Amino acid sequence: MHGVVDPASAILASAEQPHGKLLEVRDLTVEFATRRGIVRAVEKVNLTLAKGETLGIVGESGSGKSVTSYTVMRILDRAGRIAEGAISFSGIDVAHASEREMRDLRGREMSMIFQNPRAALNPIRKVGHQIGDVLLQHVQAEPRNVKEKVIDILNQVRIARPEERYHAYPFELSGGMCQRIVIALALACRPQLLIADEPTTGLDVTTQKAVMELVTELTRARGMSTVLITHDLGLAATYCDTVMVMEKGKVVETAPAEQIFRNPQHPYTRKLMRATPRPGIVLGDLLPEGEGGVAAHSAPAVATSDVPLLKVENLIKEYPRQGAPSPLFAKFTGKAVDPKDAIFRAVDGISFEVKKGESVGLVGESGCGKSTTSTIVMRLIDPTAGRITFDGQDIGAIPARSFAHHPIRRRIQMVFQDPTESLNPRYTAARAIADPLLRMGGMGGLRGGAALDDKVEELARMVGLPADLLDRFPHQLSGGQKARVGIARAIALKPDLVILDEPTAALDVSVQAVVLNLLEELKQTLGMSYLFVSHDLHVVRLLCDRVIVMRQGRVVEEGTSQEVLEAPKDAYTRELIAAIPHPPV
Amino acid sequence: MTAVPSAPSRRRGSGGLAATLKHAHYVISDNPVTGLAFFMLLVLVVAAVFGPFIVPHDPLASNTMSALQPPSATHWFGTDQLGRDIFSRVIVATRLDLAIAVFSVALVFAAGGIAGIAAGFFGGWTDRIVGRICDTIMAFPLFVLAMGIVAALGNTVTNIVIATAIINFPLYARVARAEAAIRRQAGFVQAARLTGNSEWRILLTQILPNILPIMMVQMSLTMGYAILNAAGLSFIGLGVRPPTAEWGIMVAEGATFIVSGEWWIALFPGLSLMFAVFCFNLLGDGLRDIVDPQRRT
Amino acid sequence: MLKLIGSRLATAIPSLIGVVIVTFLLTRVLPGDTAAYFAGPAATPQAIAEIRTKLGLDKPLPTQFVDYVSALSKGDLGTSLSTGQSVAHEIATRLPASAELTLCGLIFALLIAVPFGIAAAVKQGSWIDHACRLITTAGVSLPVFFTGLLLVYLFYFRLGWAPAPLGRLDVFFSAPETVTGFYLIDSLLAGDLETFRAAAAQLVVPTLTLAIFALAPIARITRASMLHVLSSEFIRTARASGLTSKTVILTYAFRNAMLPVVTTLGMVFSFLLGANVLVEKVFAWPGIGSYAVEALITSDFAPVQGFVLAMAILYVALNLIIDLAYGIIDPRARSEA
Repeated sequence: MHGVVDPASAILASAEQPHGKLLEVRDLTVEFATRRGIVRAVEKVNLTLAKGETLGIVGESGSGKSVTSYTVMRILDRAGRIAEGAISFSGIDVAHASEREMRDLRGREMSMIFQNPRAALNPIRKVGHQIGDVLLQHVQAEPRNVKEKVIDILNQVRIARPEERYHAYPFELSGGMCQRIVIALALACRPQLLIADEPTTGLDVTTQKAVMELVTELTRARGMSTVLITHDLGLAATYCDTVMVMEKGKVVETAPAEQIFRNPQHPYTRKLMRATPRPGIVLGDLLPEGEGGVAAHSAPAVATSDVPLLKVENLIKEYPRQGAPSPLFAKFTGKAVDPKDAIFRAVDGISFEVKKGESVGLVGESGCGKSTTSTIVMRLIDPTAGRITFDGQDIGAIPARSFAHHPIRRRIQMVFQDPTESLNPRYTAARAIADPLLRMGGMGGLRGGAALDDKVEELARMVGLPADLLDRFPHQLSGGQKARVGIARAIALKPDLVILDEPTAALDVSVQAVVLNLLEELKQTLGMSYLFVSHDLHVVRLLCDRVIVMRQGRVVEEGTSQEVLEAPKDAYTRELIAAIPHPPV
Repeated sequence: MTAVPSAPSRRRGSGGLAATLKHAHYVISDNPVTGLAFFMLLVLVVAAVFGPFIVPHDPLASNTMSALQPPSATHWFGTDQLGRDIFSRVIVATRLDLAIAVFSVALVFAAGGIAGIAAGFFGGWTDRIVGRICDTIMAFPLFVLAMGIVAALGNTVTNIVIATAIINFPLYARVARAEAAIRRQAGFVQAARLTGNSEWRILLTQILPNILPIMMVQMSLTMGYAILNAAGLSFIGLGVRPPTAEWGIMVAEGATFIVSGEWWIALFPGLSLMFAVFCFNLLGDGLRDIVDPQRRT
Repeated sequence: MLKLIGSRLATAIPSLIGVVIVTFLLTRVLPGDTAAYFAGPAATPQAIAEIRTKLGLDKPLPTQFVDYVSALSKGDLGTSLSTGQSVAHEIATRLPASAELTLCGLIFALLIAVPFGIAAAVKQGSWIDHACRLITTAGVSLPVFFTGLLLVYLFYFRLGWAPAPLGRLDVFFSAPETVTGFYLIDSLLAGDLETFRAAAAQLVVPTLTLAIFALAPIARITRASMLHVLSSEFIRTARASGLTSKTVILTYAFRNAMLPVVTTLGMVFSFLLGANVLVEKVFAWPGIGSYAVEALITSDFAPVQGFVLAMAILYVALNLIIDLAYGIIDPRARSEA
């Protein structure tokens, strides 16, 4: 037939293979029409998925991993189209199937779970009804028994009190619970293929573990095939049979999970592998081979002294609880308000020290009070009670609003979580770095001029920011470059203490590797102390001498990084460490 | 603080404005409708500035001999019941109509903008007071409130300007408040606190420049509304008095003659109103594209 | 649900207090001699002084306020100078005329604008979408009194389809017995189809005028919020679950998209009540708007004040209904109550 292989016969041939391929993608190219013209999001992608197999698609942002999976489901948005290639799903030509055929496949034969489970659910429809809609659509239930079936499915995804939850709205459920509902929705009709698109990003590690275990158990029990899309190599290593690595729309390597981690072939895979934090390595190991990095973290150049720089004692921060009756209201109704109901303690009496030249990690899951603590130490908000001593001076007593003019202000600086949001969109990189010098560095006024430019360029050099990028605005810089600007601004005044608030959480792993090494190098050159706030124990371990683990506003464990990671004393710390997926060491 | 605020010399003279103009050029060439809006604005400004010098007839001179004449070569837009030339009156009225809108919008831009930014940035009592004022104004149907204010303050053009500013106050204050409030705890504002900027300096150097473009869009969008509001008030006999040429009052004068078929008296001032309002609405949408390409509708 | 109603009523109270204070201040505190306004333009100084004492304007401000509020609570809005009639009575008899017109305009606008906005969003980039964008931008630029005149010229003078723009009912008909005050309903209740047809004929053009005015903002927000909802993640989930596009659009997208529309209705009501005044003037409609306009021209302040207050109370009530509707659609708003 004109020298082209008839797709139907090709599919027929593949369907006859002994192990049974469920999904086969050949030379898939997807294009998007944008304001800047046609953009190729995915180029010549090939993949095969056998029945019961779990395939991990790994890549950094913009690698095309999500687009590939949306194309398989044919739920690309309007601007995207399949330019080339064939997709066959259990004998059906997906690229050319009618919308009606696709609708019957979606939800019944192939389904998907998404990142950000709360947004993935209709906010104003009861979750039970949302699951019921899918069952009714695919004639898996009838109106008279649909509720029964939904409750049965809720039971399967381990939702406690399913009769009650049936009537819940998404906003009444926790993030982890919402993800269970999304899983229930996806598995309701017992499909053959499940595509999980970053299913646990944004969830805490312990919740992540529970969700992933649930998915694995349910799909395995039903003999389903799974595609797990993730940026996290550790997650792919833990849960997948085969791993496919993508970069800029192309597949660079596909191999069994074990093999890809033991013996990565492609340079990009090797780089990605090395950049992923895992037990038993030092900071320099994150960088590509031959790029060295910091000498060796095991032997710090600047010896940690015993002089405490920062001392926090019995720090407490209370907030009025949302939706709690106000005292005035209580007076009207005559009902006494229990102070426990009205007040929420974000930080509940914690104490710790940071010594000169030391890096201390503050670790915990969302809502544990670590960010509140760091913001108080930063003197941006006032504590409810407790003492904060910095270099012998009680700075906790100085109100946050007047701290801007205090001489100690310049000695405590911060690197923010989101590099984009922490830069004024109307300031160039140079202006952002110069800001502290102008305000507190004595370089304001007309004297500044050339000296200021020199200083800004020197700082840019220190953080590895090319001088020609200094005239750019934040939206013209990449994530890593913006992070460098933020770091340059923080170190401009040679502070004694820098608070790092999840400084790499918004960055891809390869950029994270570079930024972490840069931070270590700067610390050694400038002799600063770090207070590193993070949710990721593996990252913290690489940069910090000591680790403090927090939970519900309290410190549960404190010790050297090695002690805490290798021999955790507290049960919660053990749970936390066990929950972090990582590639085989 | 004695230090004079100054940007590093690296930035002097380059970048900012040129980049904005370049982007504006891109937006206009990408969206010819915005280019059209700028052209319409030019027409309006020319009519407002040079109107009295370029019109063919005296807008106030009545001539009963040539009353109620349909459009012709001498009277392009025809004549009204007193024989005045409608084309001349329509052109001359541009200045007054635009002036009312411009002054009221400038007034509310300053008052609403300052109040809103202060409310959003400082929170607390400032926020509560500004919020309460907005709520109270918003509790009235706005045009009805404007009628009440003009009736109480006295029937003058100045009071039309004041009333139009008052009813627009909540729109400005709320936009400014929301924009300031989301930036109050933004990373770059926190960063500015760490580098020793006082709250007032943060307000002026960090918050204000980021909010101004959004306020400018708001200004353009409410210009049209201000014109309509002022014309509506003079249509029911408030503010501008005859024989002054003003679009609203001219439509009102023409209303009587519509039922007997003299359509031109009301039509041309009405079309001029539409032209002006349409121009500012298009301009507002276009400016929004320049300021924030993501919010394109 | 009762809790929701209670909490919304509680939020309406400060608005009402604000409205009463502002209408009071409009007359008493602002520059200008109130007594002179009440006395009318041709009054002598003695007459003005007399009126000042009669109105209690020589008393201290707080006392005046208490007097004003206690008169209000008795439903006393003062007396019109030019007609000698009680303002409250006059407004009560004229209100149904305004309400009938405004409601007809709003319902007509909603019936066209909402499906139009949805169609434009669902078929983004199609001709219907472009038409929607053009009509909404042009629509908000139309002075409502001017549209009214154009329609009168077209339908009455040119085509002769509509009756003369002179009030609610042709002179040959007598008004139906007052039950609701709405001629359309009252004539049907009386079983008088002729009068119903005549009242409807008078209503068509002014209704159309108001509807064209209200259509643009409603269609605009419907399109925008529908587009926003259609691109949200839960719609992607619904599509990925194989739900039909009918279910996705109606059950999933539509209800969510209605939330901003309902909120915008508050603003639309505000515009509509103002536009109503202008439309009443164009069509000689005997509602409270034209009552106020007549009073404004004769500097008869009590009716104007009563009108502003009545409109504001009506508007607060409408906003209350909107809040309740929002609470019914959105469970999150319910739980906050």
